[in-house]
Amino acid sequence: MGKTLVEKIWDAHVVKREEGFPDILYIDTHLIHEVTSPQAFDGLRKRGLPVLRPSQTVATADHNVPTLNQHLPIKEELSRYQVDMLTKNTAEFGVELYGLGHPYQGIVHVIGPELGITQPGKTMVCGDSHTSTHGAFGAIAFGIGTSQVEQVFATQCLLQQKPKTMKIEVNGELAAGVGAKDIILYIIAKISAAGGTGYFVEYAGSAIRSLSMEGRMTICNMSIEMGARGGLIAPDQTTFDYVEGREFAPKGEEWDKALQYWKTLYSDDDAIFDAVLEFDAADIQPMITYGTNPGMGIGITEHIPTTNSQPESERPSYQKAIDYMGFQDGESVIGKAVDYVFIGSCTNSRIEDLREVAAFVQGKQKAENVEVWIVPGSKQVEAQAKEEGIDKIFEQAGFALREPGCSACLGMNEDKIPAGKYCVSTSNRNFEGRQGPNARTMLASPLTAAAAAVTGKIVDIRQLI
Amino acid sequence: MKKFEKLTSQVVPLPIENIDTDQIIPARFLKATTRDGFGDNLFRDWRYDADNQPKVDFVMNNPTFSGKVLVAGKNFGCGSSREHAAWAIQDYGFDVVISSFFADIFKGNALNNGVLPIQVPEEFLQKIFSVVFANPTSSLSVDLEAQTVTIDETGDSYSFEINPYKKSCLINGYDDIDFILSHKRQIEEFEKNR
Repeated sequence: MGKTLVEKIWDAHVVKREEGFPDILYIDTHLIHEVTSPQAFDGLRKRGLPVLRPSQTVATADHNVPTLNQHLPIKEELSRYQVDMLTKNTAEFGVELYGLGHPYQGIVHVIGPELGITQPGKTMVCGDSHTSTHGAFGAIAFGIGTSQVEQVFATQCLLQQKPKTMKIEVNGELAAGVGAKDIILYIIAKISAAGGTGYFVEYAGSAIRSLSMEGRMTICNMSIEMGARGGLIAPDQTTFDYVEGREFAPKGEEWDKALQYWKTLYSDDDAIFDAVLEFDAADIQPMITYGTNPGMGIGITEHIPTTNSQPESERPSYQKAIDYMGFQDGESVIGKAVDYVFIGSCTNSRIEDLREVAAFVQGKQKAENVEVWIVPGSKQVEAQAKEEGIDKIFEQAGFALREPGCSACLGMNEDKIPAGKYCVSTSNRNFEGRQGPNARTMLASPLTAAAAAVTGKIVDIRQLI
Repeated sequence: MKKFEKLTSQVVPLPIENIDTDQIIPARFLKATTRDGFGDNLFRDWRYDADNQPKVDFVMNNPTFSGKVLVAGKNFGCGSSREHAAWAIQDYGFDVVISSFFADIFKGNALNNGVLPIQVPEEFLQKIFSVVFANPTSSLSVDLEAQTVTIDETGDSYSFEINPYKKSCLINGYDDIDFILSHKRQIEEFEKNR
């Protein structure tokens, strides 16, 4: 019997498999950041252990960092302390740090791929649930807790139960104005915020194949929003072209050898998945969320489902979400006024996202009622945007290109959405209070967010392009 | 790690679905660099208003309900991988969380901190809620060795599943690092043979 892509990579990394125990899985690359690592470094100190393979560990500061004036000391004391602690810990344990001021600094899931650290066939972990992003390259990548960060530090391994596998195929052509973000919001709306729990998802089909690496990263990034710990896409020429020549990508003979292996990384025709779902790209319209989990999404022209259309036991939670958002059962979101637009996060802050937004807003003006924050995913994205004049296009439209970090995706820095305000956000979570206490988040694609920025309201992007 | 064997306790019922880790511990409280003290901010924005005054209608501010067992609606712990969520639950004083469905990462984090996540069928979960809301002093008994959870008042019992390795870790207070480190030779061999 053939193997799925997940099985091929997983089995190649099992150090030990024993009946009744989880597998000891070897981890090729460990990414770390300032929020989920300090207690793990502390644990090592208490045990008197080193980081076993510091050269396979890479650190950056992203969650807490300001997105303005990064050359100045961080104002907020606790944030500064946590970022300083990362500098101290990485120096003490010999781990490479791309910290504030470094040309490679950025959101951990943006810098891994752009530096060529993320490669097909690897196992990669990070104390961050959006580590699934790296699966876009055909890698097994997943988020872990801090105790597991300590495990990987100490052993370069994790104790893991082999996951179940799910294949999600999306076939057909996407309509103009519909992109990767809409695909993934559509899938999550269809299968719910828990529909993928227990699985690693392999995305396949012609609509997935036709996406750029940036689009594929957007898809894999949000796997966790349906509960799936990992999501991945078999590598192909698009993948190889993206990786080739990047700083830490294999070179010369090593490249040829790697490529030969990478070309074997696909699910065999007779491989058996534990679940298979299929969707038609033609059914997908620009998506937007109306509730407080990413499964609460609708096509932009659809109406908010009524509470009574929900299963009875779920109605109180559903009603709570609709009330939190200040919406009514059955209403349309089109025309709703927007207060903030956030374009950024590990879901949508790559150069392609900024190019798409720039192409749309060029020659247009920001609506007066809206505050717009555009936060690039990394220093390299920021530099590229400036080189292409994208920052000037934004300036003329009335927005500023800020400096890289996680920013308003989770509001650990100053970039918080005020209570009661509506934010159209290209990030990944619309949980209560995610972007600030009592903030109201509506998740959407970069294009839909850009449309909200220039019109000041929720609009169907297809009417504007 | 703290050992866990048996427990009989009153419960704190939270019949809300999809409780995400941002509700359990909002991101702005993740700036600590130790594992201690997160319990004060457990369910912060549901427990306290903008002026830091307790919200009287939230169950944890209702003295009628207390205990070491938190019972919550399905898909508990979805969202971020922050282990701070498990730390907050433990620090507040919960040893067991019961739900009809758990998010993967939360479940693992809880187990790694000596907090037992017990998955029960939706029907059993609803039974717990109805018994506890009718009589807040009624208790649940959890026996990890026997893998049972019992509603003491009605005698209804459910046999829950747990990975045998994780079960022995909880009972003995072991953690994964000790286990993996005992295989260091195999790890080095694996690296050599790649």
